[in-house]
Amino acid sequence: MISIGLDIGSVAAKGVMLAGDRSFKVVLPTGWSPRDAGHNIIEHLLDVSGIRRSEINAIVVTGYGRVALDEADKAVTEISCHARGIAEFYPEVRTIIDIGGQDSKVIRINEKGKVVDFAMNDKCAAGTGRFLQVMANTLGMDVSELSVAEIVEEKVTINSMCTVFAESEIVSLMARGVSKGGIIAGIHESVARRVAAMAKRVGIKEKVAFTGGVALNAGIRRALGRELGCDIIIPDVCQFTGALGAALLGFES
Amino acid sequence: MSNVELKDFTSIREVNLLRIKEAKEQGGKVVGVYCTYCPQELILAAGAIPVGLCGTKEEPIAAAEEVLPRNLCPLIKSSYGFAATDTCPFFHFSDVIIGETTCDGKKKMFEIMQEIKPVHVMQLPHLKDSEAGLELWIKELHRLKKFLEEKLEVDIKDEAIWKAIDTVNAETRAAKDICDLNQMDPPPLSGLELLTVTWSRSFTADKNEVTNMLETFKKRLLEKKVNRPRPRARVLLTGCPVGLGTEKVIRITEELGAAVVAMENCSGYKTLELLTSQEFDDPIVALAHKYIEIPCSCMSPNAYRLELIGRMIDDFKADAVIDLTWQACHTYNIEAYAVEKMVKGKGIPYLHLESDYSNSDLESLKIRIEALLEMVTG
Ligand code: SF4
Ligand code: SF4
Repeated sequence: MISIGLDIGSVAAKGVMLAGDRSFKVVLPTGWSPRDAGHNIIEHLLDVSGIRRSEINAIVVTGYGRVALDEADKAVTEISCHARGIAEFYPEVRTIIDIGGQDSKVIRINEKGKVVDFAMNDKCAAGTGRFLQVMANTLGMDVSELSVAEIVEEKVTINSMCTVFAESEIVSLMARGVSKGGIIAGIHESVARRVAAMAKRVGIKEKVAFTGGVALNAGIRRALGRELGCDIIIPDVCQFTGALGAALLGFES
Repeated sequence: MSNVELKDFTSIREVNLLRIKEAKEQGGKVVGVYCTYCPQELILAAGAIPVGLCGTKEEPIAAAEEVLPRNLCPLIKSSYGFAATDTCPFFHFSDVIIGETTCDGKKKMFEIMQEIKPVHVMQLPHLKDSEAGLELWIKELHRLKKFLEEKLEVDIKDEAIWKAIDTVNAETRAAKDICDLNQMDPPPLSGLELLTVTWSRSFTADKNEVTNMLETFKKRLLEKKVNRPRPRARVLLTGCPVGLGTEKVIRITEELGAAVVAMENCSGYKTLELLTSQEFDDPIVALAHKYIEIPCSCMSPNAYRLELIGRMIDDFKADAVIDLTWQACHTYNIEAYAVEKMVKGKGIPYLHLESDYSNSDLESLKIRIEALLEMVTG
């Protein structure tokens, strides 16, 4: 059986083809039309694999452009595809915490990688990568520098949940001469606290995996571990996790 | 009434608007009500027409925000906005308005609404299982009766109240019967159709007529073979009131192939099990007993709501529950915690959504609802 999974994001469109023990990957910029991007990915996958279209059993699409593609047999949310993709490589994971640039999610899965509960924040910048971005700007740094500059011993508590207020709180902390490293530790704790609260409401079950762009920040990883009081796995996921999950779901439907 | 179709319910608003206008021209009185706690029987007994005014459209919100805080429930802003801009014909025709001290936002908004029209606000006790609560509520019903008698210049007789009780009980039964049809699989009515029927009821000038319509419609639905495919999932909706104009969650759910088989909120089932008992000597006492039972989140504690949702999950064979909170509605928002625990305790997926009347969050609602449905269907 041969299955294609597509993950059409707002920036990049990813595709995975699973054909027996062979697999193929393609990534392209999404551009203006999610439909064209999806179509091109399929053509590319057929090209590199030498497999004919008529041999494909299932095409499953996910990502924000999922509805636009008529070639797909099925559209599935990122939440289910991400869960399925992670479960393939980390079957012991029961809770996924995903913090991206624009949103954060907590997904509880069972042993088959099926979603049993989830929570999502995409309305408020607090608890997302956007919050870190704004705070880094205020400190005159790049987000990638935050975790190295952190000094946990000097941590100050950032009280404001709202990004706008937190920004002015930081400005006044800096004016008072509080160490940057301590402020950064406070920022990391603030994001972790916010996401941990969402995770606790859903209910945490180990093992916990932490994914998304923000997982690259070691300071947030430490803070999240402290807030949750458990170890967290940083899966070696790549940008193809969603597409892979989609392809696997194609086999199952 | 030989034939009743969905479009007859869709047109209730329009048809009755004309009737109400005519009635007004002939000296009839109209009383605007915002909430299910308002004992409509007293209005009917006074020979006046009760009309529902609850704001379910986004348009007047901007105007309302000139007076009210932005960070307020959209239902309150919409209700006030319609009044302030004089764009709701039903408000326009209302001689007086009845409000209740349900949530703080409404209570304080009614104070401001006084500037536009006479608003009589009933003090609703928030503790139902207490003697003092019931006593206050009985007194408040008497006060409403007096208010209506003075304003509408009538004498409200006990017999007239009993008659109105019969009328409203019959209408409630007929509405519940329609809702209950959706226990069937597949459900004969989509969520949007169901909402059209239950929400439009409140605009009628003639309760007996609407009872007839509901009964005939039920018969028709039973005769007609429904050829709908079975829905992807059967969803129960609960939370803040929804009406036509704010049905986006129902719409998205059904566009994704599921069916909203039942609604526990105010436009739906919340009050439909409650009939006024004829066992009391005093009709006011009888009414007080009925209305104080309404399981709105402004009651504390509010055990009947949980019991009702639990029972509805079983009766309507719900696969999932969506709990909708309008932004800044604290009581429903907080009560979501208890609802979530109860629903998940029954092993059913639960989704809490916070939204407003705008269309800005359609995508974010959609992904959540879609993921919920994927939890049901895999
Ligand atoms: S939700 Fe509560 S306050 Fe709102 S209309 Fe219903 S009973 Fe009244
Ligand atoms: S939805 Fe909530 S805040 Fe709005 S009027 Fe009803 S009870 Fe009050």
